[in-house]
Amino acid sequence: MTQTVIWTVAILTVLGLLLSLLLFWVARKFRVEEDPRIDDIEKTLPGANCGGCGFAGCRAFADAAVKAGNLDANYCPVGGNEVMKRVAAILGCEVKEAPALVAVVRCNGSCANRPRCNIYEGERSCKVKAALYGGDTLCSFGCLGCGDCVAACQFGALSMNEESSLPEVDESKCTACGKCASVCPKRIIELRGKGPRGMREYVSCVNKDKGPVARKACAAACIGCGICVKTCQHSAIRLEDNVAYIDYSKCKLCRECEAVCPTGAIHGVNFPKPLDKEAVKKRIEERKAREKAAAETEKKEVNNG
Amino acid sequence: MAKLTFSIGGIHPADNKLARDCKIETLPLPDTVYVSMAQHLGAPATPVVAVGDSVKAGQVIGEASAFISARVHSPVSGTVKSVAPRKDLAGFSCMHVEIAVEGDEWAEGIDLSPDLVTAIPEDRDFILDRIKACGVVGLGGATFPTHVKLNPPAGKTAECLILNGAECEPFLTSDYRILLERTDEIVVGAAIMQKVLGGCPCVIGIEENKPEAIAAVGLALQRLGYPGIRVETLKKRYPQGGEKQLIDAVMHRQVHSGGLPIDVGAVVQNVATALAVYEAVQKNKPLVTNVLTVTGDCISPEKQHNYLFRIGMPLSWIAGLDGGVPEAAVKIVSGGPMMGKAVANFDAATVKGSSSILYLGESTRRRSESPCIRCGRCADACPMGLEPFLLKKLYAFGDTEALERNAVQDCIECGCCQYSCPAFLPLLDNIRMAKSQIMGIIRARNAKK
Repeated sequence: MTQTVIWTVAILTVLGLLLSLLLFWVARKFRVEEDPRIDDIEKTLPGANCGGCGFAGCRAFADAAVKAGNLDANYCPVGGNEVMKRVAAILGCEVKEAPALVAVVRCNGSCANRPRCNIYEGERSCKVKAALYGGDTLCSFGCLGCGDCVAACQFGALSMNEESSLPEVDESKCTACGKCASVCPKRIIELRGKGPRGMREYVSCVNKDKGPVARKACAAACIGCGICVKTCQHSAIRLEDNVAYIDYSKCKLCRECEAVCPTGAIHGVNFPKPLDKEAVKKRIEERKAREKAAAETEKKEVNNG
Repeated sequence: MAKLTFSIGGIHPADNKLARDCKIETLPLPDTVYVSMAQHLGAPATPVVAVGDSVKAGQVIGEASAFISARVHSPVSGTVKSVAPRKDLAGFSCMHVEIAVEGDEWAEGIDLSPDLVTAIPEDRDFILDRIKACGVVGLGGATFPTHVKLNPPAGKTAECLILNGAECEPFLTSDYRILLERTDEIVVGAAIMQKVLGGCPCVIGIEENKPEAIAAVGLALQRLGYPGIRVETLKKRYPQGGEKQLIDAVMHRQVHSGGLPIDVGAVVQNVATALAVYEAVQKNKPLVTNVLTVTGDCISPEKQHNYLFRIGMPLSWIAGLDGGVPEAAVKIVSGGPMMGKAVANFDAATVKGSSSILYLGESTRRRSESPCIRCGRCADACPMGLEPFLLKKLYAFGDTEALERNAVQDCIECGCCQYSCPAFLPLLDNIRMAKSQIMGIIRARNAKK
């Protein structure tokens, strides 16, 4: 009896030792040399694995960055410039600073602005709804309100406003990974520059219909009148397909476009003071009068000279 | 004789053919018509008229822009008011030609007399050219250009032409009415298509709930005496009028996954298409009219109609002739209740393929869904032998490989699964999305090859 136990223990011990030696040898022989920098970079990254950089996850990002040896094609929007500087330090290369971005919902179609003309009963999914028809309002470009973006956000930055039935972005939580923008079938959500102290101007509408049609569908639609384009001194606004777009890299936040917009389609957020429309309009008028006077004097000078 | 039907799946919804005894009435002309340039499957037509042009009924206003595309003709005489995007039935913008109606003058060369022309032209190419020039498309629902379908690719021959008079969708009666009132023309249309396809036999399939139509077609066949055309009685079962189901029922052949009917030697055309072919070839009359049913479970019998309409008439205008939308209606559908589209924009204009304005009452409201209880009724009901509950799940997981393996691309979107689901799950909504995704993947893969 005792002998059986001793034999068993002995055999298993010897077997264990032999196998561990074998494993040790295999591990040495077939070892894959991996750049330690990949691990370092992965630790530096936020670890959200959101895919906002275009790679499958943080490790894939790190792997690609190390293989390329530079950061030209890699940028982690979640970590931002701070993290990218640290990653650059590990790789010993340069990184270009990118403006901090934030998701912006470009639709004014709240229940009050955009009357419903039919009731949707199908699957609660924007993707399904968009494939079926133009939507439950007369605007076939606006938010469908089923919350695909809310479901896609893994940072909890989006929520549905019950009153307006439009999604809202919590700027403190938004990491600009771009997931919401990619799942929105109407391409309403855009990643825009956050702006100094979060201040930014944007056209909160993507309706490409002609003015009267757009206006009928939604009280706060961009009707493509182009007043903002004419007013803007920084040529930051362009009009395409009956809808205005503000280039955030050129916008100087003067808020003139917001003041002159006849439908209130242009929004300014995070400004310390509310917009005094009359004062801004007055300022624009004065400037225009000055410009006109200057042009006339110039004309006279030309005539005289 | 034994009644024919397809081998798997199918459902038996109440047929509700409320407008079956209403004779076809010709609608008056409205003040303005809006003719869509996207009335067919394939590329939209290109408008060839400008604002201010005066047009006659039957004149070309949109030219086919690709191989799979069809011409569009003016349904009325008058002046072109605008050529601009307008919202269609589903609320999407597409190009429309707006015409203010003045009188009712038809273009030259169109025979408007009611006389039956039985002599069929000898030249096959002449017939195909006429069909193409008159913008004939399949009127069974898919609006596929008919001249393409009647011209099988080289190496494939049609062994049987099936004329679809099943009208398996509940409520719809337009095909039934034309089978009764335009019987001879349909039979001549069938003989013309037979000729184009090289003289193959032709079967006119009609569901058993239309005995008068079966008798009428039988008599017309005897009277006109074209060889090789016969009428078959089909069982009342949905989706009997599905192309693949009809081939199964009549020829006992199955179209393989991803295949076309011509692969098994079949060409399927709707009876309304046969009528359009007759008018195009024998009368040189373009496809600008069709029959639609105005019906529903919430309107009184005197408001049920079968109308001969011209394309471009706004739906709301047609409804206005009878006092507008009835109050009890909670849903307006264009097409049958199973496969038709809910109307999002009631000001949209009728198109070649319009088959009904259907007012549905409270009982058809979609009920709130509950979890799947795995009863398998959807799988039993699927006429394509798919497993809808599984496909919905796989779509939710985003497993495209498994979706393709489970043949989601074979779905014919008949809606049997959703109809039979006791948990009221939106099965078809999800499967349709999955199908379009997988079709995209398959197309991309084929393009690479």
